[in-house]
Amino acid sequence: MVTAIAIVRLKDLFAVIMLSGIYSLLSASFFVTMDAVDVAFTEAAVGAGISTLLLLVAITMTGRAEHPDRHKPILALAVVTVTGGLLIYGTFDMPYFGSGQAPVHLHVAPRYINDSMTEVGVPNIVTSVLASYRGFDTFGEVVVIFTAGIGVLALLSVVPRPVTIAKINSLNDSLHEQHLILRIVSKMLLPFIMLFAFYVQFHGDYGPGGGFQAGVIFAVAIILYAMLFGMITARRVINQSFIQLIAAVGVLLYGSIGVVALLNGKNFLDYSVLSDDPIAGQHLGILLIELGVGLTVASVMIIIFFSFAGRRDYLRHLNDNSKGSNNTSC
Amino acid sequence: MLAHLPVLQVIVPLLAAPLCLFLTRSRLVWVFALAVSALAFLISCLLLQQVMSSGTIIYELGGWEAPWGIEYRIDPLNALLLLIITGISTIVLLAAHTSIQQEIPEERHTFFYILYLLSLAGMLGIVATGDAFNVFVFLEISSLSGYALIALGKDRRALWAAYQYLIMGTIGATFILIGIGLMYQMTGTLNMEDLSKRLPEVEHTRTVFTAYAFIIVGICLKLALFPLHLWLPNAYAYAPSIVTAFFAATATKVAIYLLIRFTFSVFGLTFSFTALPLQILFLTLGLLGIFAASTAAIYQKNVKHLFAYSSIAQIGYMIVGFSVSTTTGLMATLLHLFNHALMKSALFLALAAVVYRIGSVQLSQFHGLGRQMPFTMAAIVIGGLSLIGVPLTVGFVSKWYLIMAVIENGWWPVAVLILLGSLLAVVYVWRLVEAAYFKPPLPGRDTIKEAPLSLLIPVWILVIANIYFGIDTRLSVQVTQAASMSLFGVSP
Amino acid sequence: MGHYNYWIVVVLMMIGFYIVIAHGNLIKKIIGLGIFQTSVFILYISMANVEGGTAPILAEGISRYSNPLPHVLILTAIVVGIATTALGLALAIRIKQAYGTIEEEEIQKKDNLDC
Repeated sequence: MVTAIAIVRLKDLFAVIMLSGIYSLLSASFFVTMDAVDVAFTEAAVGAGISTLLLLVAITMTGRAEHPDRHKPILALAVVTVTGGLLIYGTFDMPYFGSGQAPVHLHVAPRYINDSMTEVGVPNIVTSVLASYRGFDTFGEVVVIFTAGIGVLALLSVVPRPVTIAKINSLNDSLHEQHLILRIVSKMLLPFIMLFAFYVQFHGDYGPGGGFQAGVIFAVAIILYAMLFGMITARRVINQSFIQLIAAVGVLLYGSIGVVALLNGKNFLDYSVLSDDPIAGQHLGILLIELGVGLTVASVMIIIFFSFAGRRDYLRHLNDNSKGSNNTSC
Repeated sequence: MLAHLPVLQVIVPLLAAPLCLFLTRSRLVWVFALAVSALAFLISCLLLQQVMSSGTIIYELGGWEAPWGIEYRIDPLNALLLLIITGISTIVLLAAHTSIQQEIPEERHTFFYILYLLSLAGMLGIVATGDAFNVFVFLEISSLSGYALIALGKDRRALWAAYQYLIMGTIGATFILIGIGLMYQMTGTLNMEDLSKRLPEVEHTRTVFTAYAFIIVGICLKLALFPLHLWLPNAYAYAPSIVTAFFAATATKVAIYLLIRFTFSVFGLTFSFTALPLQILFLTLGLLGIFAASTAAIYQKNVKHLFAYSSIAQIGYMIVGFSVSTTTGLMATLLHLFNHALMKSALFLALAAVVYRIGSVQLSQFHGLGRQMPFTMAAIVIGGLSLIGVPLTVGFVSKWYLIMAVIENGWWPVAVLILLGSLLAVVYVWRLVEAAYFKPPLPGRDTIKEAPLSLLIPVWILVIANIYFGIDTRLSVQVTQAASMSLFGVSP
Repeated sequence: MGHYNYWIVVVLMMIGFYIVIAHGNLIKKIIGLGIFQTSVFILYISMANVEGGTAPILAEGISRYSNPLPHVLILTAIVVGIATTALGLALAIRIKQAYGTIEEEEIQKKDNLDC
């Protein structure tokens, strides 16, 4: 994991972003060796996928060269050394790595491992903890994503300009010549990516996966489409305000499952009320909330990407109109 | 439904936020958000009443009992915080519709209200929960929406302020995450109640010490404790006025709450104050904060900056009370928390009215406003008096208790320093009064009128609250006393 | 054996932290933040590991599983991380547009000149 050090030194942001993608991928493979398959899946999709993509779109707007810094790094170095030293100091009393006798393995967790099958009835323990035992955390997580989506929209949304069909066609023609092979291959791939997203969505009970990962994969499919066929075409296929509503529906779906439990006299997010048999209820509840997670995540990722890309088009448009006239005073 | 109040407190604003997207008109969204916030306020009143009469309320989310599931645990301290947050939020929202007309472009109004509700829900979630990791999740909800809200400010410096806040806030949150991880590693649990039972067994270990240090530093970043306050003045000065009024009154209070909760409930008093030289550290930082920030406030040209620095100084007073670590000291901190929320929301809301009329908060633009906007300026003056700690205002009550607590401990020099700090407040409030009442109005500004009623009414509700709670201290004293006693494990 | 794993994590964490506080480029700061957070994730996942354990998906004939709880926490934390990154980038884009630069020093200089 020398990648991290290279990131510090390099000035070209493009290379830095690529390296940070590699870093994420390496951590993901580390997570696999640590038996954290769900986490690895997510880290690969998010760290190496979505966030690299967003960073790349961002640098197309902000420029890729980092200025040589004239900072005095000594203070920063001192802060870092103190913090790191404190952490190292803290590690001395930690239980040994991989030790089965560590407190984390003796308290709380054993119940998940031993009883989750009878209490929740889902083989993937991560899913049962995520969606049921600590379902409220996951609800919070969905809201965090929703918040980010709304935040990005509030910052970057621009009123879309009307586009004529002719312009799209001309754009399409030019793209056709450029990326013909890419476009045909990806057109074939797209349905499979989406199919895989659905598989991950509904198979989360049994194997690694679930709403979050599925949402990301689904969003990637849409983004791929947008990148190859142009933003304008993609916008026509997917309506902006419609996606915003989907994002809201995802959160509301999750929340309303909780409210249903409330109305039946049980506590918030107690899924056992959803069916006569508590286990079946848990099953149904997990399925539904995972769907809510998937909906929100996919739509927010698409919103964020479209806002970023839409901003880029908007800037380009501004530049075309007012070349040379610099008006950044206050 | 009464049994579900703790969770309703949080999920009502949380679920209302996405619903806003379905409403089309900005005015409608405002009415809806206001209704939701008022409902949350009602819930918090009921909760407080329940807690005061029958003790701590525990609510198991998902029906899973505590260390396995997440629980909400409402004791007098949480209930007080919930009341402050929802109360201030409702009054501030009352003024929002008028104020943001001038400051935020029309098409972003819906987003503004959604983010506002999310931020509210996030803060309520942090306060209500009894689970350490859940704190982190809701902290992020409130912070992310906070960054976006600040960035909505008109001035381009709002963006830069929001970015700096984002970096500092995320570092703080990550520090807290590291701390929680280390605690979990040593105990195997995330539930605060369970942690407090299991930590004593391992409290001598270096890992727990590190965990505590990271959590405290992380919280202090969020708290803007001197010298980690650098992000705060710009964030407050360039955010939309409504956002400033809301955050100044609530966001740092939530951080203080976390500090108290982790120090007293999770780690326990004996550990917290013996592991680190915390008492002397906080006392020094608190006092330094009071003086450095009050002095900085005197030299500000922007009135929002002035009051932002004064906020940092007020945080200093709370930290001093905290460092006394007796029931009276803690009570003073909590009282000041309650009172400062009232003062600062009144002041910043009055500034929102000034911005609405003259579009600026530079001190030089305040000349002659005393005659042109008499009610708004009167509100600012009363708020300022309260900041100083003049009798018959809330500021007096908390200063009184703080000095009592310090003297009880025999710290005479500290008491003198606190009084000196108040003198600095006199200076910066006087500069404002001088500009507004003793300078002739600027040329070409004869047409400035008093702010509209939709802004004046919320401002004056808060001003009257400032005076009312300064005279009738029964409610605030009773609740803070119960809260600090329950933290010290004494039954009232 | 023993703690070496945690030490590597600490070093990685501090590299990320250093990038955040020492570098002036806004995008690079966000990347640093990402590295900082990812390293914290590794810390959590490391503590979940049990020697000889398998992934926490119940199956016949296996009795030793890794601890699922940190996995769940980190899933949540990853999501929070991407949310922060997205918002930070959105801010950086707006800053570039408003100031014409994304270098900390230059922005500060422009602010001092202002008004």
